Amino acid sequence: MSDENKPAVKRSVVQGRQLANRRKFIRSVVLAGGVVGLAMFGYVPVANARKSRMRPPGALEEHDFLSSCIKCGQCVQVCPVAAIKLDDIDHGFGIGLPFIDSRTQACDFSCDAVQCILACPTGALTYVKPGFADLREGMKLAHPPVLKAKEKDPEPTLNLKERTGVARLSRPEACLAVQGKGFKGQTRGADFKGRMRYMDVDRWKPIAVRDHPYERNLCDLCVTECPIKDAIKMEVLVGADGVKSYKPVVLEQCVGCGVCEMVCPVETTAIVVDERKAWGA
Amino acid sequence: MGAFERIKVMLGADPQKPTEFTPEARQIHDLKRMTKADFEALKQHARDHQLVTHKWRNRRWAVLLFSNLLFTFSFWLDIQLLEGSLSASRFAGFHLIDLNSALQVMLAHKHIIVNLFIGTATVFVLWAALGGRSFCSWVCPYHLVAEWFEWLHLKLVDKKLVTDHEFHRGSRTVFWVLFSLMALVSGYTVFETISPTGILSRALIYGPSLALGWVTLILLFEVLYSRRAWCRYVCPIGLTYGMVGAISPLRVQYRLENCFHEGDCRKVCLVPHVLDVVIKGRAADKHVAIGPDCTRCGLCIDVCPSGALRYDVKGLSKLM
Repeated sequence: MSDENKPAVKRSVVQGRQLANRRKFIRSVVLAGGVVGLAMFGYVPVANARKSRMRPPGALEEHDFLSSCIKCGQCVQVCPVAAIKLDDIDHGFGIGLPFIDSRTQACDFSCDAVQCILACPTGALTYVKPGFADLREGMKLAHPPVLKAKEKDPEPTLNLKERTGVARLSRPEACLAVQGKGFKGQTRGADFKGRMRYMDVDRWKPIAVRDHPYERNLCDLCVTECPIKDAIKMEVLVGADGVKSYKPVVLEQCVGCGVCEMVCPVETTAIVVDERKAWGA
Repeated sequence: MGAFERIKVMLGADPQKPTEFTPEARQIHDLKRMTKADFEALKQHARDHQLVTHKWRNRRWAVLLFSNLLFTFSFWLDIQLLEGSLSASRFAGFHLIDLNSALQVMLAHKHIIVNLFIGTATVFVLWAALGGRSFCSWVCPYHLVAEWFEWLHLKLVDKKLVTDHEFHRGSRTVFWVLFSLMALVSGYTVFETISPTGILSRALIYGPSLALGWVTLILLFEVLYSRRAWCRYVCPIGLTYGMVGAISPLRVQYRLENCFHEGDCRKVCLVPHVLDVVIKGRAADKHVAIGPDCTRCGLCIDVCPSGALRYDVKGLSKLM
């Protein structure tokens, strides 16, 4: 190698290093854009959600719930009937957030104290809403809900001030009571895995709904199985011809727990809970 | 290297050569130069008698698996010892909240309840005592999986089938700032959506999820394109705990007099920039504490043939 070539070689080494550094920088920018872009994709399912999820009792309004939930699942772990499940990545920013599918397994308050709220470490589920959280008209319950199971206890109420939604007779034409029909057997069939607490069986241990068959001359499961006092009643109408007709009517004390939706023997259910819905809305 | 400079290196700056040396350090450096032949013989001797050990790695894997499975069994067997997942939990009733998840929630929600504060403070004190990023290597489930896939990556590199593409280490600092800003502005805990730590922890406790597909993609990226890319260049959790580790007394200590400058430690290290000090002529003092970005994983301690790297608790050796 001649002496004149040496500086040229040196320069090319320096150039090579500069080029490598430039490549590394561009790669890093692409990485940053790619990862942040992918993360932002999480907004799409949130924005597209056609209807909001049914959240556990005491949940903040949806946007506040999304920002405050730390996705730990402690609410899942304390629920005695395993009503609470966690969302997956197809829910974008909603990944790891708890929800309840009432038809599969409703919250029947068999914990007596809304344990999920007690378990929440961040206040995403809360007994008392913080000052800034918006309170929609009709979300607040007129008075503390009385838990039928605790009716004889010194403190019969649930420490719950707001509803999670309201039940609605969505298909009155399919309702057995409206048709004047009774119901006999296992509601939801022999394969149904849902569980519930039956006071006449065991106050502290929920059992499978299929192990508790019913026999009713007029189907009124949504009324009798409702865990909250004065939340739903069977309305009796006497026609001009003296013939009685029946219809379950949801009352203002309904907290939206979803037990009526779970126990309704009709497929597809005749009664549903509209999550996040306010009374009168 | 001062504490401030070590934090700068963690944020992405290149480690600088020291300008001042202590007399002891200078003496050792000079001695190593002067007795070159003897030094080489010593080096060979140390190599020949090296005990191949995975002591710290095995201990670490055991702790990592135990702590993650404690969550799982606590839930499955309903023993209620450790309820929740890595983002937030309760150990025998005491709140524990992951520092980065807490940060995201605080920024997004802008409202801190007492339990959130207590849990965050407890975990802060815990990891300040235990070394900060030791969370990464001793607890984070993604770290363990990534370690296994790193082995595959290194095999492929060895066979010249793939090459490691490095990114700028400052990317992680940029990610930390971006994810914090996004949480603050949008009100969504954006990072949690893609965090493999949260996804894996929940999957271990609550069952498999679609989100594991995303974790698989990150692992593939690491195997085929860039070694340990998530932990090295992206994960803001690592930086959050790194900052806590900056004040921790528990760290790896480098002993210049025992070092043969072979560089095996830097080859196995997740964050080799913290081991810049082991390069010949770089140590400014006889004993140097490794910087806050170190995950205290102990791979370097296991691989060092001459005991130049060891765990150390600041002040403890003086006391004893």
